[in-house]
Amino acid sequence: METQAPLLEVDNLRVEFNTLEGRIRAVDGISFNVQEGETLGLVGESGCGKSITAMSILRLITPPGRIAAGRILYRGRDLLKVSEPEIRKVRGKEIALIFQEPVAALNPVYTVGNQIAEAIRVHNKVSKKDALIEAVRLLRLVQIPDPERRVRDYPHQMSGGMCQRVMIAMSLSCKPSLLMADEPTTALDVTIQAEILDLLKRLKDEFRLSMLLISHNLGVIAGSADRVAVMYAGRIVEEAPVREIFASPKHPYTIGLLRSVPRLGGRDRGVRRRLPAIPGNVPDPLSREPGCPFAPRCTEVMQVCRREEPQLLPLEGERKVSCFLHHPAVGEGKAVAR
Amino acid sequence: MIGQENGNLLEVRGLKKYFPIRRGVFSRVSGHVRAVDGVDLALRRGETLGLVGESGSGKTTTGRCILRLLEPTEGSVVFDGVNLLGLSPKEMRKMRRELQVIFQDPYSSLNPRMRVGSIVGEPLIIHKIAKGSEREHRVADLLCKVGLDPSAMKRYPHEFSGGQRQRIGIARALALRPKLIICDEPVSALDVSVQAQVVNLLMDLQEEFSLTYLFIAHDLSVVEHISDRVAVMYLGKIVEVAEAEVLYRNPQHPYTKALLSAVPVPDPTAKSERIALKGDLPSPAAPPPGCAFHPRCPVAVEVCSRVVPRLLDSGGGHLASCHLVHPDSSGAPP
Ligand SMILES: Nc1ncnc2c1ncn2[C@@H]1O[C@H](COP(=O)(O)OP(=O)(O)OP(=O)(O)O)[C@@H](O)[C@H]1O
Ligand SMILES: Nc1ncnc2c1ncn2[C@@H]1O[C@H](COP(=O)(O)OP(=O)(O)OP(=O)(O)O)[C@@H](O)[C@H]1O
Ligand code: SF4
Ligand SMILES: [Mg+2]
Ligand SMILES: [Mg+2]
Repeated sequence: METQAPLLEVDNLRVEFNTLEGRIRAVDGISFNVQEGETLGLVGESGCGKSITAMSILRLITPPGRIAAGRILYRGRDLLKVSEPEIRKVRGKEIALIFQEPVAALNPVYTVGNQIAEAIRVHNKVSKKDALIEAVRLLRLVQIPDPERRVRDYPHQMSGGMCQRVMIAMSLSCKPSLLMADEPTTALDVTIQAEILDLLKRLKDEFRLSMLLISHNLGVIAGSADRVAVMYAGRIVEEAPVREIFASPKHPYTIGLLRSVPRLGGRDRGVRRRLPAIPGNVPDPLSREPGCPFAPRCTEVMQVCRREEPQLLPLEGERKVSCFLHHPAVGEGKAVAR
Repeated sequence: MIGQENGNLLEVRGLKKYFPIRRGVFSRVSGHVRAVDGVDLALRRGETLGLVGESGSGKTTTGRCILRLLEPTEGSVVFDGVNLLGLSPKEMRKMRRELQVIFQDPYSSLNPRMRVGSIVGEPLIIHKIAKGSEREHRVADLLCKVGLDPSAMKRYPHEFSGGQRQRIGIARALALRPKLIICDEPVSALDVSVQAQVVNLLMDLQEEFSLTYLFIAHDLSVVEHISDRVAVMYLGKIVEVAEAEVLYRNPQHPYTKALLSAVPVPDPTAKSERIALKGDLPSPAAPPPGCAFHPRCPVAVEVCSRVVPRLLDSGGGHLASCHLVHPDSSGAPP
């Protein structure tokens, strides 16, 4: 369908942490791409590697972590190979990143206006005064009421929702092509969360932004993503257009995850029912068994699952899944033994 | 008025908790944070009452006042016919056996230097209930009840996952066979797939031990799932209470309506009919006059900015405090 090359292409990325207890593969050979103008939702449980993936794209991984393998092609250029000054130019100007904790991400000793102005001046030769005028315009763009006054506020004078708007304003200041939003609304109340998600959607359309939206909340992903990649234990286990993944999940983990979410209004008259839970826990990254990382919790597990690692392979349409139920084991030439 | 015959295990009336705001070198009190500002709640025996509301609305403070982990500024808390606020510290300590709490953060609420066996067994020592092998036996039994292997006794909290640690916290809360457990965001820090396990466990234990729960959470879907009735809190006050199905199907208070409409649904084909609210939650140090919700309310009328609406029953135990729902709600209480 796409004739254009993707804006971002992550190819077999692997990120490791050397800890006292041993080596952790936080991201274990993942591949995905983000097309021009689309929102890719990255969903998965705590510790599965979502944030590390986003940080790797901007080369923000610091020791004891390191990017051990892979390519990150942005407009065809491998960001893992460019020089330090070049990657700094990419940060903010090409690819912006906003975090979960907006209050912590802002500097408490400067006014929000000064912080936005500074962000503008890093990449553009403009006077401080012009940068401040631009800051007011950006605050208005992210719908902060009374921006002329608010531009002089310090972060602590603003609510969490307003700080997140400031972060979004700052991230847009240099007109990036790709916005990576890492749990942008997780710390906010639902009413504020809905407003920020609406704002992001509006800005995305207005500026034809591409977005990598990271969240563990399936509701957030359902409402904002065009395509979804589901991560589990450092790997992508399934990828599909948003409607398809919610209508017919293929991977046993995705199926279990979707079932275990309680739904609003999803309760029968008067009866409380048990939730269909996935048994067990996320595997310990230090003692990973061979085979499929989901095998210890999977209801469909087969012999091959404990022996070999399934690969993320295409299904029909634009879908991909990494599960032996859908792709009989290759290599050994054995039939799938259930 | 002590309600026992009506089947209520807990009755909270006119509960207030004001925190002083201190300023300057002499730490003079320059105002008060009205964290809880006149809360009435009743818990029926064996039920789960969900308590929802935005961050800072006073849910945790309400829970802590009921347990007297905080001294309320005003009001009464009647538990099983006894006014807790009238008890001496010693009497209250004894009473604590009956009221337990489970906290949100399974990481910080367990002492990292204690073995799981001691953590769960500690209440049995404090209340001189069991010692030696008898205690060990009961701890092993409790761990089984919450779905952990008894060998967990010998290990330390950091060796467990978030969901398992929350199970340890639940086992500890159960050790004294309490009647009431206040669950303050017990699953908020857990992953979805593990959250479901803990919600199921809480429901099973409730049945087995005839527990009554006050279930505090901000996730409206989880609360709907586990609660018999739900109370909605806004800026230190209860604005609506109803049976869970009724509240979710037919919310009356404009705040409840807006809150429910904002919940992101895991269905990409669902059309959003979100009711937008103006502004953020106001500071509880300076709550707006009249109905505290009026500056953000999409349907507020003139009277809302002047008169505090009372929490009134519109039939069948569905209470709401809104001038539009109860045009007569401005009168003095009967
Ligand atoms: N500084 C570090 N030292 C050691 N291991 C780390 C470090 N930072 C991250 N990790 C490992 O990387 C894994 C992935 O972490 P990451 O922050 O990407 O998870 P996440 O999917 O963003 O989770 P969350 O939803 O909790 O934000 C973790 O399980 C952890 O084991
Ligand atoms: N010890 C304290 N001193 C001063 N103010 C306090 C204290 N404890 C709580 N507050 C304030 O009281 C209000 C209610 O807080 P509370 O923790 O009860 O809210 P909550 O509904 O539990 O919120 P959350 O959903 O964030 O847990 C908040 O404005 C809070 O800042
Ligand atoms: S590969 Fe096997 S264990 Fe993994 S999800 Fe599929 S069926 Fe389950
Ligand atoms: Mg993260
Ligand atoms: Mg709280």
